[in-house]
Amino acid sequence: MGGRDANMVLLDKNGIRCDGRKVDEPRRIMIRAGGLKNADGSAYIEFGDNKILVGVFGPRDVHPKHMSNTDTGILRVRYHMEPFSVGERKNPAPSRREIEISKVIKEALEPAVMLEKFPRTAVDVFIEVLQADGGTRCAALTAASVALADAGIPMRDMVAAIAAGKVADTVILDVNNEEDQAGQADMPIGYMPSLKKITLLQLDGVLTPEEFKKCVDVGVKGCELVYELQKKALHDKYFGNRGD
Amino acid sequence: MTSVSVIDELKKAQILELLKQGKRIDGRTLDEPRKLKIETNAIPKANGSARVYLGDTEVICGVKIQPDRPFPDSGDKGLFICTAELLPLSHPTVETGPPQPPVIELARVTDRGIRESHMIDVSQLVIQKDKSVIGVFADVVVVDQDGNLFDACSYAATAALLTSKTPTWKMVDDSPSIVEGGEKQLPVNTIPVSVTMGKIGNYIVVDPNGDESESMDARVTITTDSNGNICALQKGGSDGFTQEEIIQCSELSVKVGAKIREQLKLAQQENR
Repeated sequence: MGGRDANMVLLDKNGIRCDGRKVDEPRRIMIRAGGLKNADGSAYIEFGDNKILVGVFGPRDVHPKHMSNTDTGILRVRYHMEPFSVGERKNPAPSRREIEISKVIKEALEPAVMLEKFPRTAVDVFIEVLQADGGTRCAALTAASVALADAGIPMRDMVAAIAAGKVADTVILDVNNEEDQAGQADMPIGYMPSLKKITLLQLDGVLTPEEFKKCVDVGVKGCELVYELQKKALHDKYFGNRGD
Repeated sequence: MTSVSVIDELKKAQILELLKQGKRIDGRTLDEPRKLKIETNAIPKANGSARVYLGDTEVICGVKIQPDRPFPDSGDKGLFICTAELLPLSHPTVETGPPQPPVIELARVTDRGIRESHMIDVSQLVIQKDKSVIGVFADVVVVDQDGNLFDACSYAATAALLTSKTPTWKMVDDSPSIVEGGEKQLPVNTIPVSVTMGKIGNYIVVDPNGDESESMDARVTITTDSNGNICALQKGGSDGFTQEEIIQCSELSVKVGAKIREQLKLAQQENR
């Protein structure tokens, strides 16, 4: 994904990171609720240099029929990256990585969505990564929660997500692409702040038990920050005067 | 909850009734395209990109430029490949999985218009003859649909290509290596513009919107180049055109295309 420098300083002696942030400072985050005309609900997020669009349809009939469940509705998530979203052109067909991310995002959203209210139906969440720069799954999960809320689907809470990690033996918030490639650990966290439940958690890298505790703590605090921005995006659309 | 794209018979009748009075359902004249908005450099990580709104239809094109192997029969030419895809979030009826025939047609017509106009001078995209050439990939994705995807995709690809910058490569140890500071504009010969027209009853309308697309009997997409020559054409739909109608369409495509070409040039200049 562009100029990765082997000698890059990930954390300088003043505690400033390669992109000028402090250790506990997230990237610039902009969330917009709505925007797509045909989708039942939608959201757009810019998370640093990540640009992600999410559309939600449903609850609607399930095709193929055998996937439907008479007791509850089902959630289907597709995470997909555009061929032009990364440095070298990506084959448009879904990769194993995209299939796995689709699954973890689905399982992170399921606890939040009241699917039991809509037996025999499906809610489809389509995530399109227009530009990727590290941390797409967290940004995508954050935007998907807003899109589900925008679709008016009953939810217990929204899932906010951000990654914690470790570079230069220091725990940091919101791992960017360079830090993910050259750093020591990357831990994406999805969290429902009102219910205080972690619904997505992955880890690549080595952490001591103390560092692990600290990462979870930093990540959860970061999610609470993201949560405020999610609520603001919905508030701006439904109670603000932005006129869309 | 159901979301099949079925236009009521009433709306169809209304569209036809209005056309008899020389009017269209969204207030346009018959030869008037919808408002076109072009945002270039929408995806800064791509070598060139554009987000295009044609009325409520929204598409994004990103161009990726990278070294590739030439086709065996044309070792002295670079590659140009344009694809188009409907994103499932663009409409409730879009399903994931292999593309359906209409989407394949969309991708091929978008590619053909640009390719046949010789917009990109592929002879300048050679790193080493028969060995390594520059490949230009223009991938277009449809984000929101309200009819006439053909033109929206074509304008997005053209605008993205017009504002694309290509790195320079040279052969080092038999493999292409980037030359620092060698970035330059993609070599462009002409600006192709596609204009799609729908036939509803006996009326020809330029740039059919979603409702008009549902009720049209036939469709024709004509691409013209900067000299006003016709370089590609595709007829679709299950009715025919008379010879007079096709001539009328070709004249419309030149006239409407010229205005849109000016807008594409403006987007290119603003990007510089």
